[in-house]
Amino acid sequence: MNNILEVKNVVKQYGDYTALNNVSLQVPKGSIYGLLGPNGAGKTSLIRIINQITMPDSGTVLLDGEKLQPEHVQHIGYMPEERGLYKTMKVGEQALYLAQLKGLSKAEAKKQLDYWFDRLEIQGWWNKKIQELSKGMAQKIQFVVTVLHKPKLLIFDEPFSGFDPVNANLIKDEILELKKQGATIIFSTHRMESVEELCDDIALIHKSNKLIEGKLNDVKKEYRTNSFEVGIMTSNVEGLMYQLTQKFTVGQTNFKTLNDDLKLEVQIGDSSPNELLSILTQMGQVTHFVEKIPSVNDIFIKTVSDK
Amino acid sequence: MSILKLIIKREFVAKVRNKSFIVMTFLSPLLMVGLAAFVGYLSTMKSDVKEIAVHDESNLFVKEFKNSDEYHYLNKSDVDLKVLKDSIISEKYEAILYIPKIEDNKELAKKIQYISNDSPSLSYIDDLETIIGQKLTKSNFEKANLDTLAIKNAEAKVDINLAKASGEETVKGLNEIKIFIGAAFGYLIMMFIIIYGNMVMRSVIEEKTNRIIEIIISSVKPFQLMMGKIIGTSLAGVLQFVIWALLGGILLFIGSAFLGINVGPSSGVSSEMMATANHGVAANIQLYVNEFKNLPIATLLVSFIVYFIGGYFLYSSIYAAIGAAVDNETDSQQFLLPIILPLMLGVYVGFFSVLNDPHGTVATVFSMIPLTSPIVMLMRIPFGVPWWQIVLSLVLLFGTFFLVVWFASKIYRIGILMYGKKPTWKELYKWLKY
Repeated sequence: MNNILEVKNVVKQYGDYTALNNVSLQVPKGSIYGLLGPNGAGKTSLIRIINQITMPDSGTVLLDGEKLQPEHVQHIGYMPEERGLYKTMKVGEQALYLAQLKGLSKAEAKKQLDYWFDRLEIQGWWNKKIQELSKGMAQKIQFVVTVLHKPKLLIFDEPFSGFDPVNANLIKDEILELKKQGATIIFSTHRMESVEELCDDIALIHKSNKLIEGKLNDVKKEYRTNSFEVGIMTSNVEGLMYQLTQKFTVGQTNFKTLNDDLKLEVQIGDSSPNELLSILTQMGQVTHFVEKIPSVNDIFIKTVSDK
Repeated sequence: MSILKLIIKREFVAKVRNKSFIVMTFLSPLLMVGLAAFVGYLSTMKSDVKEIAVHDESNLFVKEFKNSDEYHYLNKSDVDLKVLKDSIISEKYEAILYIPKIEDNKELAKKIQYISNDSPSLSYIDDLETIIGQKLTKSNFEKANLDTLAIKNAEAKVDINLAKASGEETVKGLNEIKIFIGAAFGYLIMMFIIIYGNMVMRSVIEEKTNRIIEIIISSVKPFQLMMGKIIGTSLAGVLQFVIWALLGGILLFIGSAFLGINVGPSSGVSSEMMATANHGVAANIQLYVNEFKNLPIATLLVSFIVYFIGGYFLYSSIYAAIGAAVDNETDSQQFLLPIILPLMLGVYVGFFSVLNDPHGTVATVFSMIPLTSPIVMLMRIPFGVPWWQIVLSLVLLFGTFFLVVWFASKIYRIGILMYGKKPTWKELYKWLKY
């Protein structure tokens, strides 16, 4: 079984509104999986179904090959977008309580909590109430509470919102560490740079439908345009342009280099990059030659606006 | 530890540690005792003596009015009525009782006047009417040449003795004892529901205002959460009640023993006994005590506890359902009326129908309906209720309780999807179908 989570043909309707229209997903074990989509696409509805907060109208969800059951909650850690903790409860007691609700014994919860408090250097907070903490501090507790029971599957809804860059980085490292230990992580976000950096797989949901799913690299390959960014120093600009336009589509573009060179975007279609390169080397000194890989952001915007 | 136990424990600890809970627990008995002492003090104060000027033109009646603690009668028959009326305006006297001189007693009876700026109590006017009436009756007898002594001797006085078929003697007024016990229990339940039901509701809203709801709901079932909250809050409530009872008892004891303040009869039962004892034979007290012992005390206590739990649970589950439906306390107001109404209904039905006819149709039906049964059935039990009725009403009560908790958790689950929206009755109905 390679997929820790399989969502099969899930449909969810609220009254007349369809939140999820026949959505299927496969989340490979040990991956970081980006669940992308604009606001209102249906991401949260899907996450709530995985967490058994709501039931799908039809379709099934398999966790580790088993149909979702109430006992599975202890294998899932969920950090909702709406962050919240009991404001008047002490940090330590609260974390213990929430971990015990997830099925941990008190002693085990205590052990884990000590580990995490040590790791995040927040040992002094045990007896503080949440209302005495700053927002960023509360977020750290929220993170600890999410991972405390060592879930196989972690679901973070917009994990980095509310963190300052230092803490965001800290949390990012922790997430990568958890992945190393074997956990699977689902990100729901619309912050594309973090997806680019962290995710192995992505799925894009838009208007209740899944539009794209797959390995990040595969998706990117699918969306590649076979364009190259070219920087060249040449005295014969017209000659170069003539040669290039014979074979390829050429446009002006802009990127940062140290030289005062000619910057072009060349679409080579089915030809090999070497053909382009050989023309270029004949005509001048190449300072920049890079395949233009679509960013997740590009793919996201393209897909969403196409529909 | 099971999930439910965990939730109960958290709710209990959260309630008990709350500062306002601690303050109220220890302050309330002081306030109550203080209030009782104050009322006791007020009742020992003598009210002002009211002077009534009697203007009796025939001088036949004035001797009949005897001074009491409250009223003093002054014979002002020789003072002109106009002057007396002026003195009323200057508030020298409370009132003038004007009895004209008319030969015909029937005419006279219609012409007597009580002149005052204040309206007197009905019972006082009744007393005056009785005094004058007796005098007039006597005068009528004399006018008709009847032997008043013979008439008095001829009056028969009947006092029916109550007995049970078993031959035991019983006492009049026992029904009042029974009603009193039932009513005391009923009131206790009602108070408890109103105070602690609200607490349950607030505690259900808590997760929403703290935004922790999604985390909780992804760990436990809403049904468990509701049950845990209801039970946890109830335990805190019971603890508070016990502390109140203990503290109140101690303070009352200190108050009456050392400060010499008569804070009123310590229990209604004994006051009831006192009242009847003063009326008639002192030996009756023994009978009352015997009767009291014969009441199904064990049944009463057990059923009190069972109905208390059932009734409280049912109502707090309704409170929980309301809490589940709304986002904050202000929004809950519109839903609270349906809770208070059946409670009031229970108390009123209890007092009016059970008192008149403990086993009549109205009383029986209301002791079956879950919303009123805890109060009405408890009032009926001292009169003896067939066991199948008790069983039936308990089954209905607890069945409804579980149904409402289930209903509440259903609303709760759906309620998370509706942040910041005030639900209407129509929407609540729609949610049920999800």
